[in-house]
Amino acid sequence: MSWSAYGHAFLGILAREFRRFLQQRTRFLSSLVRPLLWLVVFAAGFRAALGIAIIPPYETYITYEVYIVPGLVGIIILFNGMQSSLSMVYDREMGSMRVLLTSPLPRGYLLVCKLLSGALVSLAQVYAFLLLARLFDVEPPVLGYLWVLPATVLSALMLGALGLLLSSLIRQLENFAGVMNFVVFPLFFLSSALYPLWKMREASELIYWICAINPFTHAVELIRFALYGEFSVLAFTVTSATTVLLTMAAIVGFDPGRGLLRKSGPPRN
Amino acid sequence: MNMATAPIHVTELGHRYGKRRALAQVDFTLQAGEFLALLGPNGAGKTTLFSLLTRLLRATEGRIELFGLDLQGNARDALRRLGVVFQQPTLDLDLTVAQNLAYHGALQGLSPDTVRQRMEEELGRFGLSERAGDRVRSLNGGHRRRVEIARALLHEPKLLLLDEATAGLDLETRQALYEHVRSLCEERAMAVLWTTHLVEELSPTDATLILHQGRLVAQGTLQELQSQQGISSAKELLLALTRREP
Repeated sequence: MSWSAYGHAFLGILAREFRRFLQQRTRFLSSLVRPLLWLVVFAAGFRAALGIAIIPPYETYITYEVYIVPGLVGIIILFNGMQSSLSMVYDREMGSMRVLLTSPLPRGYLLVCKLLSGALVSLAQVYAFLLLARLFDVEPPVLGYLWVLPATVLSALMLGALGLLLSSLIRQLENFAGVMNFVVFPLFFLSSALYPLWKMREASELIYWICAINPFTHAVELIRFALYGEFSVLAFTVTSATTVLLTMAAIVGFDPGRGLLRKSGPPRN
Repeated sequence: MNMATAPIHVTELGHRYGKRRALAQVDFTLQAGEFLALLGPNGAGKTTLFSLLTRLLRATEGRIELFGLDLQGNARDALRRLGVVFQQPTLDLDLTVAQNLAYHGALQGLSPDTVRQRMEEELGRFGLSERAGDRVRSLNGGHRRRVEIARALLHEPKLLLLDEATAGLDLETRQALYEHVRSLCEERAMAVLWTTHLVEELSPTDATLILHQGRLVAQGTLQELQSQQGISSAKELLLALTRREP
């Protein structure tokens, strides 16, 4: 296979992801409404209850709205990652995943293309949300909008890989409700998305530690620092290492010889 | 007979799902330009065999060679020459016919120009050129199947695998698809493996493998098998060969 074949495959997968995304306008809207509700309703109620001290990367006292915007960017890409996992389960049931798997290009490469395409679709939603957030006085520095790009793509790759791995574990669409309860909500609530970790520590040392090792916390912190033009080495290291691990696990999950498809019977019709 | 480069050469193939045996000691060869029917009732192991041939599963026993290449080893060169039509629909209903074909072409590593040109040829041959811009959702079952076959032929494969390609179609459409695929064998010297549970789809002179409870119970043309068994109808032949063991 020539190098151009790899390029054609990536562009083909990217085009399909964007076409599907553009056709599901309600998905785009709901992906914006969800974080906006948090920002407008939840944050307004919470700002009175929660004082935010000066913590990096912020240099002054900030409102609660400013605090939760990176967390809400996190929830956009978390939902997208899970949505693409849902579409993988759906694809597999509908069979178009099989079309992908009978391609002569290496499976690992195709799955990475799929992850990257999903991450780029997320990026469009994140920027739309960040622009809307300006209406609510969340105005990070201009350069922050540039730095947040690689941070978002990396975080989206990590969460997409998690979704991909889950999709090789889940065989039925119905189980997706379980994913929401046992994956999405714990990842989101046990992270620094809604409240700073020191606040958590005041409540419970155990919960603090769970939050501190949650990779989603580090994805959110990577975005938070990037949005204010700073770079968190710890957040970057944890997020990229988790991305690599989850991607490798997901690729193994789709390997017919070693993978999780093997023991459970023939692909269903 | 050239075994070394035959489109399909399967030896002592077997597969287990955990402890459950789905396929055992299957041997057969499919030569270039040949049409081979794989016949068997539901649950005979056809889908398992099909999944092994398309590398969705990896065989636990035996060996599959496509074009002389071991599917466990250098599978990618073999996959490039392989066109597949799955039993279940695999088209994206919300995308147009052309977008579905373009996606497949890209996965095969074809350039957009090549895809456009090949798409015109294949859709034209199926009388679907005017439907290229329509969403698949608006197509009827017969047209969707034809799009799937056109898609499987897009990268000019030398081996076409069809798993119950006529499922859910009316008699006339089934017949038309069957004849179309038969003509592809002759025109393009393409090898075809046609999987079905309907014996009435096949012609008496078709080379046929009969699969039952994971094993090949007969090989030959339906005509030959009928005279061997002294049975006059193909339907009864299938019933006799696939009677469930008590």
